[in-house]
Parts: sequence; structure tokens; C-alpha cells
Amino acid sequence: VENVRLLDRLSSRRAVVGTLYLTATHVIFVENGSETRKETWVLHSQISSIEKQATTATGCPLLIRCKNFQVIQLVIPQERDCHDVYISLIRLARPVKYEELYCFSFNPKLDKEEREQGWKLVDLNEEYNRMGVPNNYWQISDVNRDYGVCDSYPTEVYVPKSATAHIIVGSSKFRSRRRFPALSYYCKGNNASICRSSQPLSGFSARCLEDEQMLQAIRKANPGSDFIYVVDTRPKLNAMANRAAGKGYENEDNYSNIKFQFIGIENIHVMRNSLQKMLEVCELKSPSMSDFLWGLENSGWLKHIKAIMDAGIFIAKAVAEEGVSVLVHCSDGWDRTAQVCSVASLLLDPYYRTMKGFMVLIEKDWVSFGHKFNHRYGNLDGDPKEISPVIDQFIECVWQLMEQFPCAFEFNERFLIHIQHHIYSCQFGNFLCNSQKERRELKIKERTYSLWAHLWKNRADYLNPLYRSDHSQTQGTLHPQITPCNFLYKFWSGMYNRFEKGLHPRQSVTDYLMAVKEETQQLEEELEVLQERLANLQKSQSGDNKVKSKQQDQSKQIGLYTSNNSLANTPQEYSHDLKSFPSRSPSQGDEEDSALILTQDNLKSSDPDLSANSDQESGVEDLSCRSPSGGGCLPSEDSGKDSDEAVFLAG
Amino acid sequence: MEFAELIKTPRADNVVLHRPFHPAVEGTLCLTGHHLIFSSRRQDNAEELWLLHSNIDSIEKRFVGSLGTIVIKCKDLRIIQLDIPGMEECLNIASSIEALSTLDSVTLMYPFFYRPMFEVLEDGWSSFLLEQEFELLSSVTNEWRLSCVNKEFSVCPSYPPVVIVPKCVDDEALRKVAVFRHGGRFPVLSYYHKKNGMAMMRSSQPLTGTNGRRCKEDEKLINATLRSGRRGFVIDTRPLNVAQQARAKGGGFEQEVHYPQWRRIHKYIERFNILQESFIKLVEACNDQSHNMDRWLSKLEASNWLTHIKELLTAACLAAQCIDREGASVLVHGSEGTDSTLQVTSLAQIILDPRCRTIRGFEALVVREWLQAGHPFQQRCAQSAYSNSKQKWEAPVFLLFLECVWQIHRQFPCSFEFNEQFLILLFEHSYASQFGTFLGNNENERAKLKLPQKTMSLWSWVNRPEELRRFQNPLYEANSLVIWPSVAPQSLQLWEGVFLRWNRPSKFLEEAEEERFNIIKYNKELQAKVNALRRQLAEMETDEEAQEEP
Repeated sequence: VENVRLLDRLSSRRAVVGTLYLTATHVIFVENGSETRKETWVLHSQISSIEKQATTATGCPLLIRCKNFQVIQLVIPQERDCHDVYISLIRLARPVKYEELYCFSFNPKLDKEEREQGWKLVDLNEEYNRMGVPNNYWQISDVNRDYGVCDSYPTEVYVPKSATAHIIVGSSKFRSRRRFPALSYYCKGNNASICRSSQPLSGFSARCLEDEQMLQAIRKANPGSDFIYVVDTRPKLNAMANRAAGKGYENEDNYSNIKFQFIGIENIHVMRNSLQKMLEVCELKSPSMSDFLWGLENSGWLKHIKAIMDAGIFIAKAVAEEGVSVLVHCSDGWDRTAQVCSVASLLLDPYYRTMKGFMVLIEKDWVSFGHKFNHRYGNLDGDPKEISPVIDQFIECVWQLMEQFPCAFEFNERFLIHIQHHIYSCQFGNFLCNSQKERRELKIKERTYSLWAHLWKNRADYLNPLYRSDHSQTQGTLHPQITPCNFLYKFWSGMYNRFEKGLHPRQSVTDYLMAVKEETQQLEEELEVLQERLANLQKSQSGDNKVKSKQQDQSKQIGLYTSNNSLANTPQEYSHDLKSFPSRSPSQGDEEDSALILTQDNLKSSDPDLSANSDQESGVEDLSCRSPSGGGCLPSEDSGKDSDEAVFLAG
Repeated sequence: MEFAELIKTPRADNVVLHRPFHPAVEGTLCLTGHHLIFSSRRQDNAEELWLLHSNIDSIEKRFVGSLGTIVIKCKDLRIIQLDIPGMEECLNIASSIEALSTLDSVTLMYPFFYRPMFEVLEDGWSSFLLEQEFELLSSVTNEWRLSCVNKEFSVCPSYPPVVIVPKCVDDEALRKVAVFRHGGRFPVLSYYHKKNGMAMMRSSQPLTGTNGRRCKEDEKLINATLRSGRRGFVIDTRPLNVAQQARAKGGGFEQEVHYPQWRRIHKYIERFNILQESFIKLVEACNDQSHNMDRWLSKLEASNWLTHIKELLTAACLAAQCIDREGASVLVHGSEGTDSTLQVTSLAQIILDPRCRTIRGFEALVVREWLQAGHPFQQRCAQSAYSNSKQKWEAPVFLLFLECVWQIHRQFPCSFEFNEQFLILLFEHSYASQFGTFLGNNENERAKLKLPQKTMSLWSWVNRPEELRRFQNPLYEANSLVIWPSVAPQSLQLWEGVFLRWNRPSKFLEEAEEERFNIIKYNKELQAKVNALRRQLAEMETDEEAQEEP
């Protein structure tokens, strides 16, 4: 479709005209005219909603909201075209078969061997060995070999040595979706562990001997402690309501030596609505400070993030400080349980704060234990009530921790943002389907590529320059402040306003430091070469055999600084619409809102999909003043007229 | 008056000091004329806390049996608690602190007693003279002149003795304009934009009154800054209705009939007591110990602090935009021209002028646009957020300015030569200091108090190389461009370095800062080494060639 206008969300005056293309996998907008022909690419699988708005004189507006929080506003001249685009996108954005997803057509030009290598990058067997299992207390169980016991669990799970197949199967029958207690994290230092499961089918009074034995076995696997914590991550009220459906929670009287604890995290529906509300705030056009803070507060989003963190902190503390094992569950044990287990692991073990370790963590607690990626992130057309930003919340928890512990993580914010992007993009096979079983049936590893290999290849982009493996923050358990800590949780504009570059700091400290470190490395190398040559030269001067040095190498310039700085400062070119300049009636009391917008490519990216939107408009800055919108005031835009008249009228 | 009279109990033993994020320490408390000194006697980890009495904002005492507890809340927002055994001692100490922290005579303040332990390399009192500023200006334009019309502070008591005005306006005219402007604050040059020759002037409101008085000299003065055929903007920091109401009290605004070449923009910036209330509410919210996430955000919102920040930044951006983008001259004023006016003019300079983003340039800006321009520091900074006494002149006007600078700094972390600590330092010293810099309400008062002779300047101390080092931003790369900050709510954050400074663990953030510093330091060292080696090699090679040739 030609002559489509792409509107700027923050300033309606800035729009670019171009051509809209729909391909099998992408929506592509190519700008007319300009030499660079800026392009915006959006994957169909990123589209979360499409809205056709009322036709205006200029055309038919189409609003596309994406799962990576990009919002695209298009105006299509012909209503007919708009309708066609709308209908096509609705179909394209909601594929019904896995085969329609981008990962099955995505070909990064790697050969078969490289692809296989890619999938081997993250190996969970290796990970459990790293943790220290199998050992005297824990062993691998093959009870779920053919997904016979639990179809949403992996084939290989670690269980206490004293838990026999009989106990496991018995316990699984007493647990929702047969998700029996299994090892998530083992703490080598003190034998304490984090196990996970789903809720017990206890109803009001039911009990199960095998399940009780199972929990007993978990306690025994930690000889240093005479009890275990059972943490139910639901609000108590929700858990009690489940009893009526024959589910519920553990009765402390039936289990020997457990301490039961509720840590209320709301369910997926509450979280979905909360995100929705927060995104509405992000989408507000020139909101006031109060609009924004109220909206943020009413969304409850940060409160939910804090609840997840609190649960993770509780568990990490139990394991690290008390040396007590913890069994975590929610309802089915695949959402809140995954969040909480992974937050706790991250706090406990510095390995998970490295780039590789973080991949392993997601693979372990989310992918292998059957987090329902397909349902939660709506990869295939499905029940909208199943969709919920569960892993988004975990990713945000990590970001909040990064803000509090700037040196503790090997990776940077960009790494998190790109992972979030690809959870929705379906460009790689990692997050397809709802379980390991489904992925094996689809032969994901033979037919698609692994995101981890892709990220690993570009790892230089994702490094946190402040990370040093020998730094005190990278050692041991992280202890986030617990009280008072409300103000520690902040709105993550880098994620939720990711595409509004104008809102972000104009100079990135991270990028700056990364460039400095890169230069430092070059300097180190050069220093070595120079020293060697100097030594040779000295030798040759004392002795007589002359080694003529290579003159050419000399001329390498140290110019990184300036180039880096100019990148940071480019966007000073600044366009301004004079008509929008405050030519307002003096009787209007409302504030002039100058939103200063400036776009800059500060998202360094090796991923064409990610950078497609950001490498445009570098150097364009806009200060747009909202035109007067006073109610009931006499318009005295005519500046020649003395405005004192209006003054009297208003006064 | 002898301070000793006020100190009934100069010393108490076995006092326990409590601070957030520090273990309680037992030690000895001493009171002197200007300090509260706490020293722990533990051999292994001797610790001393020196607190200026003038830094104490409020003091509370309570008793459990004979154990007294004093809670001291400071102007830098820190709160400490002292447990003092013995009711009488505790009462004595509390009343002494109360008396010593509320001395009403300026000449009893610590700066008059402070003797520096460092060698003064450069006297800060004469580091930033307007004459030097004018010299720089004359190298690019000859449209301006220095005027000594206010030599005796007789034309405008809150202006400095010399000001910069348009060349074509003589002193006689200035005297007439001064009569037409509130408090005699006639329009003077605040900033000259070299790039396009546009000027930013500041003044107080014109005294038009209800019958629309006019002053030809005033019109001539400000028109002198306009290029032929171009228009200028008057940025009035009051809403229109307030400006209108001001006419009843003899004030007013520039009416378009008399100033046809000027367009007026009302950009409301909150004043005095509203700001002080907002400050108090914000600090209350930050010290709230409750766990409820909701309450934090709504309290932050209810304080309105960030709204003030947003409005102030927006006004400053607008002024900068008029000058740089519209190519228009600007006149900024509110009522008195000593508060919001200075906030706008100084922030606009941060945006426009790279020099103001250097340490020295920022100091010059504070001196020029705040101290010399007559911001009444002594009135505004007499009390901070914990004070119970409701005096109507207190307002965190300067703090708001510093926070706006911090907000811009956060968005352009590589464009400022100074770091956050430097801004915090200025905040602290504007409220309580051993230096005389922020004493008095204007140059007139400072001259009468003979501050330059009797006290040390903050700049004398801070500009010493060993002190400066602490305030340098390792990421700084001179940026000659205009920097346009974003004023969207998503882009503005609470200034944690000030407001959460004492209630959050700072260790990890400090470590990060240190890491940043080290990365850059190491890089610079390597660069130096590589360059030295290159030179050495080049020399040796030329030597060698020279040897070969004969």
C-alpha cells in the first residue's frame, strides 16, 4: 500500500510518508524520499492487537500494538486498503499452526553442524552437575522417561535418593497436573535445596501418604535441618478457594516437620490487567506528572513486582542463611513458581548472574519445567485469558536487581530486552510450545535455531562494563534491602517505553564504558607490541643484527573516544514547527507542554529486527508545543491584537 | 555573647549513636560553640562525627526512665539518634543544641569563626567577577556595557554594584527604569548566546499598576536587545491571573500596546510556601517506613515535587528554545525576580552554554545568577524539611534548581564535568556551611557583613586540586552542543542522592561509581603509556636511521 503515513506517537505533527508492505512474516514500512529510506520491520508474531479507528479526512488510521511494547500508528489513505490490511494482519498475527511461525522459515545461514552446536550451548545435565547433583542425597529419576507420569515435566528430573518410584508416582497423583516435587536448585554449600511442584489435591481433608513421604524425603536430603518450608505463592484467599475444587494447600498437621507459608502473588489474570493498565499510562500523550504517577500506582504493577521479589528473597534467605530446604508451589506450579524459583536462584548463585548462567536459568526453571510459553505469550491463536506477562515480570525483577547491584551482573539491560523481544518473536525455537514433550514432537532442535547461540555470538553487545568476576558484588548471595524499600522499585522505561527513544537518557553510560573498555583492550595489545619492538630495537642496537620494524602498524590512531562521543551527541539537529510555538491566548491557564523528543540510535544491536526501528532518525529532534487547548476562552491567537481584552474577560 | 553560657553540659559519656545502616556506636558527646562532636572510644575503630549546629533543623527528645533520647534531624535530611544517660544531661544537651542551632545573629555563625586548615591558592571571593565575564562578552560583541549605576546599592539594593546592560542605555535611564521595576530590579543581561547574538535578560515585574503606567526608558532598554524586525519573548513565571492580580498591588506585566515587539508567555512556576510544603511532604514520604508500595507512589505524587521539577524544566527549555531555535531575545521575570526568574535563566544556560557544564563554569553560574543576582539564600535556606516553625520565607528554590541540573545530568551523563556529589555539596553548603559564600541575602548584605574579609569562600576550598578531584565526572567529554532534555514524566526521577541518601544502602552504588572511575583511569594510564612508548620508539628509530646514513 502506498502513501501511508507513519505517525509519531508523541508528536502528531511529525509523520513520515511511505509504503507499507505485508510479507509472510513481517509488516514493513519503507519511508519515501529520503536517501536512507528508513525501514520499520515488525514481525507478525509481535503484534498483540490491531485497532482500526474512525476514518478521518486524511485517511483511515490503523493502530498496531506490539508485544515488545512498540506502538505503531499508520494512516492509510483508502478505507478499502485499510480494511484489507486490517483483515490480513488479523489473520497473520494469529497463526493457528506452529509451522506458520517465523522460526520455521528463519534461516541465519548456518550449517547443520553450527545449528546443533547452538542447541548444545545450554546443557541442563551439565548444570545439575555444576550444582553438585547427583550426590549422596539427590539422584536423577527416570520415572518420567516417556512423559508417563507428568507430560509437562522434563524426562529427567532430580529427586531425593530416598524417594522411590512408588513414592514419586503416588505423590504425583496427589498433585495438580501430576507435577510432583522436583529439584530446582541445590545449594552445594549447605545441602539446602529449592524444590518445586504444583498444589496438592488436598481439598478439605484429603491426604496422601506418598506425598507426605516425598516431602519427608526432601527434608532428609538436607541433614542439617529438621524441617522444610513449604511456600505457597498464592494469596491465602485464592488457595482456600481452591480447596473447594479438591485442590488446596498442605495441612501442617499431616506433614511432619514442615513450616507452611503463604507469600501472596496475584494470578495471571490480575497481572495481565495490571500490565494493561500500566501500558495505558505509557501510551498517554503528554501526561502530567500526576497522571503518570497515579496511573502507575493504580496499575499496581510495581507492587506485583515487589511481591515476586519478596518471595524470592524469603526463599533465598531460608536456603542461604537458615540452611533450610524450601518446596515452592502455586496452583499448577508453572507460573509464579517459575518466577519465584528463578529469582531465588539468581539471588543465591552468582553463576546465574553471568550471561551463560542466565540462559541456563531460563532453560531450567522456565523451558524445561513446562512454563506454557505458547499460551502465555500468544504465539498461536488461543484463549486470550491464558495470556499473561509472567516471564516479563521475572525479567523486570532482574532489571530491578541490576539497578540495585550495578556490578553484580555480567550482562546489561539490552540483554534482557532482547530476550524479552525473542520470547514473543518466535524467530528462534527455544520458547515454542508449552512443554518439552511438545517441543520434542515438533522436532524443534532439528528445524529451528537456538536464541542462546545467537545471543552468545553477539555477547560483546550484552556485557555489563562494570562487571568483574573478582568484584565483591559478584560473589555469594545478593541481599536486597527489605525495609524500607518501596522506593527501590522503579518504572522501567527502557522496556515499556522502549521505542520512545526520546524519553531515555541521551547518552548511555553503558555504551560509553563499553567503548572505553574496547579501546583499553586495543591499547593493551598495542602496548605489548610496542614493548616487544622496543626490546628488539634495544637488542639490535646493542648487538648488530638489525630487525627492521614494520612502520605501518604505527599509524593506528586512538580515535574511539571522539567517535563514541559524537554518537552520543548526534541528535542535536532540531526541527521546529513555528506554528506550534506558544501563540496562545494569555487567558489560558493550562500549562504549555513541551515534550522534547529526540531520537537516537542508542540501542546498539546486531539484530536487524531489533535495530530496524532504532537506526532511523538519528539526529532529529523535535520540540513540539501542544497547541492551545483551553476551554471556553476567547481565542486570541492573533498576536497583533492586544491581549489585554482577553485578560479582562478572564478576570 | 559567649557560647559557653548556652552550653550547660559540654560533655556526656556513654552516649549511643544510632544511624540507619550503621551499627549503634557508644562514645562521648561534646558540645562546642558550633559543633556537636561524637567520638567513639573503641580503639579498633575510632570514629568521629562532627555536626554543625547550623545544620540541625529540628530536635526531639523523649525519655524512658532516666535514659534520654534525642533525635536530631538535619538540614541535609539526615536523621540521627543519640541515647544519653541521665535526664539532666539529656535535657541540658537538648536545650543547648536548640539554642545553638537557632542563633539569630549572622555574625555568630560558624563561618566567622572558621579558620581554614588548608592553604588558600586562590581567593574564591574574587574568582568570579562580573568584569571578567564582561571581558569575555566584549570579545564577541560591543552592544553591551558595564554599568556602575548601582555602585552604592542605591538604585537596587538586591543587585550587585556592577551589571551588564545594553550599550545604548545610559545610567540616567537605568535609574528611571529601576523606579518602574519591582525592588529596582531593572532588566539586565543574564546570558548572551554567541551562536546567534540573542540575549536573555532578567528583571522583576514592571510596576504598571491598575492604570497601566508605562516607562519609555524601560521599553527602550528591552527593545535594545532586539534585532530590527525581530520579536522577543517575555517569559512571565506567574500564571496570567496572578500577574493581573499583581496590578492591584502596583505590580503588573508588559502590556502589548506598549511592547508591541514582545510576545508574553505565562509559564507558571510555583513559589515559596507551596514549594516548602512540597519539600516537607516529599521528605516525609521518603522517610516513611511502611511496606506498602501503593502508599509510596501516591505520597510521591501527593508531594507534587516532581511536578514542580517538570514545570521548571519545561519553562527553562522554553526559554532556551526561544533563544536558540526561534532566534529571539528573551526577558524573564516573575514578581520579585529573585526566585523562579533565576531558576529559569540559570537552567536555560545549562541547556545552552557548554561552559556552564564545566565545574568552573557552573560555579560562575551559581555566583552570577544566584549570589550576585540577589537570591535571598539566608531567608530561603534558614530551615529545611524538618523544621516545625512555619516561617514564610523558606523555600527550596535553589535545591529545585540543583535537582533540575541533576535531571539534565542524568540524561546527558557524559556532558558535565562535575558529578552528582558536586551538586549535593552545593545543596549542603547552601543550608549550613563553614564558608561564608551562602550567607546574606544579596551582595549588599554581604558587603555590610564584610564576608569577603571575615570569612572563607567555598570556592577557595573546593577549587583546590585535591578537592576538585572528588567532584569530577570521569565520563566527561566536552560537548559543545545545546542539550535538550526530555521533560516527560517517564524521563524524570526522584533525586535519590539527596532524598534517599540516608535511607538506602549506598555501598553497591558507590562501588559502581568507583568501578566506572577505575575503568576510565586505567584507560587513560594505558593511553599515556602507549604514547610514551610510541615516542620513544620513534626517537630510537630516527637515531638508528641517522646512524645508518653517514
